[in-house]
Amino acid sequence: MNIPENLKYSDTHEWIRVENSNAYIGITDYAQESLGDIVYVEMPESGEEFSKGDEVGTIESVKAASPIYTPVSGKVVQVNEDLEDKPELINQDPYKAYIFIIEISDSSEIDDLMSAADYNAFVEKEKESH
Amino acid sequence: MFPYLPHTEEEIAEMLTTIGVSSIDELFSDIPEAMRLKGSINIPQGISEYEVFRHLHELSEKNITDKVSFLGCGSYDHIVPSTVKHIMGRSEFYTSYTPYQAEISQGILQSIFEYQSLICELTSMDVSNASLYDGHTAASEAAVMALNMVRKSDTILFSETIHPATKQVLKTYFLGTDIKLKEIGQSDGTTSLKYLKENLTPQVAGVIVQSPNFFGYIEDYTGFADAIHDNKSLFVISSNPISLGVLKSQGEWGADIAIGDTQPLGLPQYFGGPTVGYIAAREKCLRKMPGRISGQTVDTDGDRAFVLTLQAREQHIKRERATSNICSNQALAALANAVYLSTVGKEGFQEVSRQNLQKAHYLFERLTGELSLKPLYERPFFNEFSLVLDRKASQVITEMENENILGGVALDRFFSKDFDNVMAVAVTEKRTREELDKYVETLKRILK
Repeated sequence: MNIPENLKYSDTHEWIRVENSNAYIGITDYAQESLGDIVYVEMPESGEEFSKGDEVGTIESVKAASPIYTPVSGKVVQVNEDLEDKPELINQDPYKAYIFIIEISDSSEIDDLMSAADYNAFVEKEKESH
Repeated sequence: MFPYLPHTEEEIAEMLTTIGVSSIDELFSDIPEAMRLKGSINIPQGISEYEVFRHLHELSEKNITDKVSFLGCGSYDHIVPSTVKHIMGRSEFYTSYTPYQAEISQGILQSIFEYQSLICELTSMDVSNASLYDGHTAASEAAVMALNMVRKSDTILFSETIHPATKQVLKTYFLGTDIKLKEIGQSDGTTSLKYLKENLTPQVAGVIVQSPNFFGYIEDYTGFADAIHDNKSLFVISSNPISLGVLKSQGEWGADIAIGDTQPLGLPQYFGGPTVGYIAAREKCLRKMPGRISGQTVDTDGDRAFVLTLQAREQHIKRERATSNICSNQALAALANAVYLSTVGKEGFQEVSRQNLQKAHYLFERLTGELSLKPLYERPFFNEFSLVLDRKASQVITEMENENILGGVALDRFFSKDFDNVMAVAVTEKRTREELDKYVETLKRILK
């Protein structure tokens, strides 16, 4: 299971990469593997504003449909349009296939997210409970 | 008659022992004592097979089969080619339930695929589902699609001229939700673009109209698609499929979702159903469509095969996130539609459509000419029209019925007293010149 060191993680299995005031957000390797083959990503729209923890879209795989949450508050500035025709990019490389970019409105929210090590421990614990 | 093979006392005792209860009554212990049936059910004693047969035969003798029907308002008396009955009656189709182990039933999946393809051709749309229960359900599901597709929307507009039953089903569908249903008024018998524009607020998810509308009139949707799309709402048109052989299709009007009832395509009127609701849409709406879709693919040998596709939309995957409760379809009736359309063919279908138009106009011309009857509105119509009589329409209809003609539908059963004298008359390709002439003579005599 791949959990890059340079990213932050949410307990709903999103990763976040901060670049200046923007955050790239996608789902983790663990999340994509749990979902299986992804067939459709319903994305938010540019310009929409969300609060931390809001549901912004849905990922459908051959066996489940899961909500996508935003780990930080802000305004969506871009969505990854490649996913419209190629949702499988998330399966192939979940950390390259971001889903949306959000303009962070409260940078202190980043501190509440997990480090790679913390997320690793969180996933191990979740696996045990299943 | 012995209705079934019962378990023996020994078998019952064995089953009770296995599950650890002392009596069958104990299985019903959750039902309060006061609510349980005491004694036996009040039904007659059983009778012999022959007596049952004779009884049913007597009942069937009461059926009236020799009256000539001019009834419409959503259900029509069309010719049904005998191929429809024979293919529907094959046990592979007739006795099988909706395919849950879908891919093992290649024949059913193919028949659904053919149905979908034909509906897409009729409506000029990209994708059709495997069918819905009826046209009214289709309208309601189209409303659900629009609400799911248009963000921050909570309102559905529908025209005053759509079928009253569609309005009722819409209201039932959204009962107890925060969704607002709003009626757009008509002017001169068709949906008014002016009233539509006045009601197009940012909260509007979709607009539902019908052409030919409930009164039979053909609506002109020039300017509708632009106005609706500029508002980021979806345009939903309901059409009698038979009319699409001569009239502009939903796709040609710029609609996003095409709906309607396929009863005219090879299904008898029965007692009002079962029929089929069709729903077809632009590709952008695909993920929000209700129910199932059969798709074409190739098997491991490279041969053509059919699969249920886009199943993520169905409840067993989306579960509580599903956008519709529909998980089955009207497979057998949809098969009848597919067989009907394949039997009449492209040219035959246009011929049927043309004959509906021409025969209805022949009768209309004679009734408004010789009998000087007034139409409800002076508007172009397809195969049905509404007339204003000089007395209560229901009385006239009863008198016509005594002469073996089901002359029309009295519209006061749908609307207020203003419609007491209004009668809707439908004419299909099935009506002969003699029947049309007899209609005119009969009505002339009655109204004299």
